Amino acid sequence: MEGYLVEVEADVSNGLPGFHMVGCLASEVKEAEERVRTAIRNSGFQLPSRKVTINLSPANVRKDGTGWDLAVAVAVLAAYGIVNPLILKDTAFLGELGLDGRIKPVRGVLSLMMVLGKAGIRRCFLAEENGKEGLAARTVEIVKIRDLKELAVLLNAPEQIQKEIFLEDSDVKISYSVDFSEVHGQKLLRRATEVAVAGRHNILYIGPPGSGKSMMARRIPTIMPELSRKEQLEVSQVYSICGLLPNGGELMKIRPFRSPHHTISPQALTGGGKRPRPGEISLASRGVLFLDELPEFQKKTLEILRQPMEDRKITISRVYGACEFPAHFMLAAAMNPCPCGYFPDKNRCSCTEHQVRQYLRKISRPLLDRIDICVEAAAVSYQDIRSGAAGESSEDIRQRVEEARSIQALRFSGTGILFNSEMGEGEIRRYCRLQPKDDAFLQQVFGRMGLSARGCHKILRVARTIADLEGATTIGRNHLIEAVGYRELEEQYWGKEGR
Amino acid sequence: MEKQEREVLYWLVSSLFLGAVSIRRLGAYFGSYTPLLNIEETELRAAGILTEGQIQKLMAWQSQFPACRKNLESLEMGEDPAVFVTAYDDVYPERLREIYDYPMGLFVKGRLPEADRPAVAIVGARGCSFYGEQIAEEFARVLAAEGVQIFSGLAAGIDGAAHKGALKAGRPTFGVLGCGINICYPAANFKLYQQMKQTGGIISEFPPGTKPKAQNFPMRNRIISGLADAVLVVEAREKSGSLITAELALEQGREVFAVPGRITDHLSEGCNWLIQQGAHVAVSPGDILEYLGVKCQKQLILCGKNVNTLAKKEKMVYSCLDFKPKHIDQILEESGLPLSETLGILLELELGGYAFRAGNHYYGKKI
Repeated sequence: MEGYLVEVEADVSNGLPGFHMVGCLASEVKEAEERVRTAIRNSGFQLPSRKVTINLSPANVRKDGTGWDLAVAVAVLAAYGIVNPLILKDTAFLGELGLDGRIKPVRGVLSLMMVLGKAGIRRCFLAEENGKEGLAARTVEIVKIRDLKELAVLLNAPEQIQKEIFLEDSDVKISYSVDFSEVHGQKLLRRATEVAVAGRHNILYIGPPGSGKSMMARRIPTIMPELSRKEQLEVSQVYSICGLLPNGGELMKIRPFRSPHHTISPQALTGGGKRPRPGEISLASRGVLFLDELPEFQKKTLEILRQPMEDRKITISRVYGACEFPAHFMLAAAMNPCPCGYFPDKNRCSCTEHQVRQYLRKISRPLLDRIDICVEAAAVSYQDIRSGAAGESSEDIRQRVEEARSIQALRFSGTGILFNSEMGEGEIRRYCRLQPKDDAFLQQVFGRMGLSARGCHKILRVARTIADLEGATTIGRNHLIEAVGYRELEEQYWGKEGR
Repeated sequence: MEKQEREVLYWLVSSLFLGAVSIRRLGAYFGSYTPLLNIEETELRAAGILTEGQIQKLMAWQSQFPACRKNLESLEMGEDPAVFVTAYDDVYPERLREIYDYPMGLFVKGRLPEADRPAVAIVGARGCSFYGEQIAEEFARVLAAEGVQIFSGLAAGIDGAAHKGALKAGRPTFGVLGCGINICYPAANFKLYQQMKQTGGIISEFPPGTKPKAQNFPMRNRIISGLADAVLVVEAREKSGSLITAELALEQGREVFAVPGRITDHLSEGCNWLIQQGAHVAVSPGDILEYLGVKCQKQLILCGKNVNTLAKKEKMVYSCLDFKPKHIDQILEESGLPLSETLGILLELELGGYAFRAGNHYYGKKI
């Protein structure tokens, strides 16, 4: 996601008149020649016929995109002596040119501003539409300009330059359009979702159509802690590259919620393209990636998720270079329990055991291993819909989540992990100690329910989070029991043999 | 029965285009089966037993005899052997010979049922409810423990549950297949298939290698009911295969029992209809034992577990449960207890064998 700084040099000399651009350029960059020449002429500057050479350095890095136009035009004007070259020191230009000299916005401004800041650039000129986004980075002085003519005037009279001032946004309460108080009933789902968010465990909802699975998932971001400034910048950079920033370039203040359709291709999910672009998993970074109708996704698409879920980032290597995008998402998935959706209500469910098993088998074991919490949603009754009793609000739940998360932050400080869900075997042994009698209890469950070692670890991780939510230092029996309740029924749902 | 005769009968049974009755009539007409090996078309036509199409096919089938002979040999001698039992053998089940279209040959793995022990067939829907599964298992277990031989079709659902119940009681149980004896259909029942081969028997009238085709199953059903003294239907939808079995049982003079169900349950429509038509009502295994004339000491009534040993709250949660699995939200609503406590109690009940989990967060009562 990192950008790099490019120096644009222009030379005007005697010789066969012409306009040459060099420096490992993509075709859209080469086309800049026509745009720049026409825009300069239409802005009222006469360029005598001379040999013009433009170099974009470092010359070994491939350059694409249309953001170079403005820098090239300024370099040409300076070379012809139309603007004062001295003022160009430590100054960056970003924008695409129209034939009339108008300056148009480009994508990914936020990332570029971060690079400029690091490189010690003082000032950046860019299109009006990009102004807000440029300011948001708070790294360099931003000057918004409308066209080339205006720019030439400003460059020759630097005292008239008016830099934009960043308006500190008054701490407006960040609000989501949805809230947990709108969910009636569904005690189990609410609680499971809270536990999942507190320990950033991935969660799987199973339930008949219309049982509120998507409704629940959509509200997960509302109970996550607010984004820190660092996280805001990270999230916004991805959105900036995709041109998806809200309100014409404000930072992303709310946690992202991405819900790609199940027909999505693997590339769209992970990111890709000749020039690598972030995919849904990066857009969902620091937020929620919700996969509705999980078994309907292509197997290949789901398998790809495994590695970024471990690494929390994804590297996409293509011909023109490799890009690294963040993938700090929490996975929420929803599915029907069987093709018709009504299992285990055998009076309504018309699927054979074989069909149910085939349906569930579409989800691979390795993916399931990465989902700690599995809850089943009940069909919502009329009473639930009509009963006026509103549930707890997102705000209240978020406070508990934040407390649990701060306990985790303290526990894992310096270990490189942040959440209970990321605990490996060593951490589990260290942080999930049990009383002897509880250990015996878990052993009993282990034997009676045919748990695997992996299933056991899942239970311990979730139990740790439940204990954290309560503020308990050690895991107690009741925490264990609840965690056992959230495990997926391996042998029943995903087993080889029926009950 | 001499060897050649037996081989010819195997050859006829393997043809698949001749029915049991046709084969029997051919044998009676010609005095033995061996002449069929090189019989002329005109003679067959004069017998007037087969249709023109069957005659043509039989003429073509004559060339297959050597291959069939080899097959029979490898079947009985090879690894995992099966036995070919003809209707003329003494071991052929006596009950089965009573029916009109008894199969002329049976393929058997394991053992054959005993003639002097009572036999009950338990049939029902493949896509049965958890309740039906439990009922079938419990009926089979109790009946088997009293010495009754349990027959079923080794299918998913009720059939499998009935076999499981009998095995739980440690008694032999017999499965009648609608495919070749060496094929386990559905594959999910493979463990059961293996166990039954050891302790009970697998029976089929179809030659090994026959695929489980839809038309085979009604034919198989007549053997299930034919082998039994009584047929118990546990859960059946309207117009289902289980009702065909019940109908065949009546034709064969077997008694039909049905487990009553709620009138709104689709899965009980078939059973309730049977009861309406005059079938016996099976409320407990005792009802069937009484009919069979088997005396037993205990009163066999199914009404759930003894809950006296449970703690107060456990009892309360247990009373909220039903045979039809309920979602935990509903249990919370009814018991009024908090989530984590309820989960704990349910786990205790599950570990204690009082409750079972269906799906992830649905709980049901165990019988």
